[in-house]
Amino acid sequence: MIKGLIAIFLASILTENYVLNKFLGICPFLGVSKKLDTATGMSVAVTVVMVIATAATWPIYTYVLQPSGLEYLQTIVFILIIAALVQMIEIILRKYIPSLYNALGIYLPLITTNCAVLGVTVLVIEKGQADASFGFVQAMVNAFGSGIGFLVAMVLFAGIRERIENNDIPKSLRGLPITLVAASLTAVSFLGFQGLVEGMLG
Amino acid sequence: MAKTPWQEFSKGLIKENPVLRLVLGTCATLALSTSANNAIGMGLATTFVLVGSNTTISLLRKVIPDRVRIPCYITLIAAFVTIVQMLIEAFSPDLKAALGIFLPLIVVNCIILGRAEMFANKNKVLPSILDALGMGAGFTAALLSMGIIRELLGSGTVFGLPVTAGFLDPIIIFLLPPGGFFVFGLLIAVANKLAERKGGAPAELGCCAGCPFSAACAGQSAQKEDEKEETAK
Repeated sequence: MIKGLIAIFLASILTENYVLNKFLGICPFLGVSKKLDTATGMSVAVTVVMVIATAATWPIYTYVLQPSGLEYLQTIVFILIIAALVQMIEIILRKYIPSLYNALGIYLPLITTNCAVLGVTVLVIEKGQADASFGFVQAMVNAFGSGIGFLVAMVLFAGIRERIENNDIPKSLRGLPITLVAASLTAVSFLGFQGLVEGMLG
Repeated sequence: MAKTPWQEFSKGLIKENPVLRLVLGTCATLALSTSANNAIGMGLATTFVLVGSNTTISLLRKVIPDRVRIPCYITLIAAFVTIVQMLIEAFSPDLKAALGIFLPLIVVNCIILGRAEMFANKNKVLPSILDALGMGAGFTAALLSMGIIRELLGSGTVFGLPVTAGFLDPIIIFLLPPGGFFVFGLLIAVANKLAERKGGAPAELGCCAGCPFSAACAGQSAQKEDEKEETAK
């Protein structure tokens, strides 16, 4: 059980990295990774929302939508839950933990339309349907691991971008194109993790 | 200045191409350009949702209160995405399997919310439909060109027909995530070069510009300031 959970956690960080392997959450990855502190703040906020959103959507899908045969409402229900949750987190943080709100608050509204969050909630449901042993605990570990994977990719990439800044780049490659090429090389390095988790724990 | 219907439609194709010029919807572009067929499927699904959402939002633009417009838009868009999901599931289960997670994720594709926010809530129905058709066609065209490049280099085929068999081995990395980033980067570089000749600015990440919360996004504003400094130099 524990071994399985560790495997899910590591796989969601390294081999199934949301940004570099699944192309989810590319916008914040390219947009907010310019500075290390904003990159960290954004990723922490994404991780928190991913975990809370999965904790809310998994039971609703399994105990409300599925028994009543309303699976087709999944998309619309999930996006509304995420939007409401983000609003609530923002209000609660502003009221009770202003210091945390000041650090993460600006990223919260952006997260509603972040595909990584909706992605994780839908993907864990798919995994649960494909594999009966994949339950709520596994889904939560997967969501948390995906958030950490996002953090790892963002922090790594912020470091790379700071280095690109000081280089002499051909004019038409400046800005977005060179960033994407750098992202491509970062993704190559993550390909190296293929099979690592199975090899380590299998 | 009122634009002719043709201008309203055609601006999405080249001048304001959602993928290569406005840089919206990057996730779907990168993930589904592994083959020309996937690219067309995704492009058409997105166009359908875009036309539906732009039409309804334009019709309801005077009814929806400004303060709650974003939740309203998201609900409307999610409804259209659900329709597309059901249609594709009924008529083409293969396509559903190929699009996978990115089919429900059309909801959070920034092109759709971006066009709702930038165009449909300020314009009448007909221009909004034309805008949606143009943007959808531009998205499909960009996705298709990326899909053809990646399929040709990655599996040596175009639309599943063998092209380079015999003289060029498939370069599988173009089908993998790194190839996606790489081809996309180079295509934007080409688009920048072409735009520069016509006096256009290089493409900037548009997820944020199209996003209703852009004012809140510190990363983007910092980036803009940096670029201003650069041009000042």
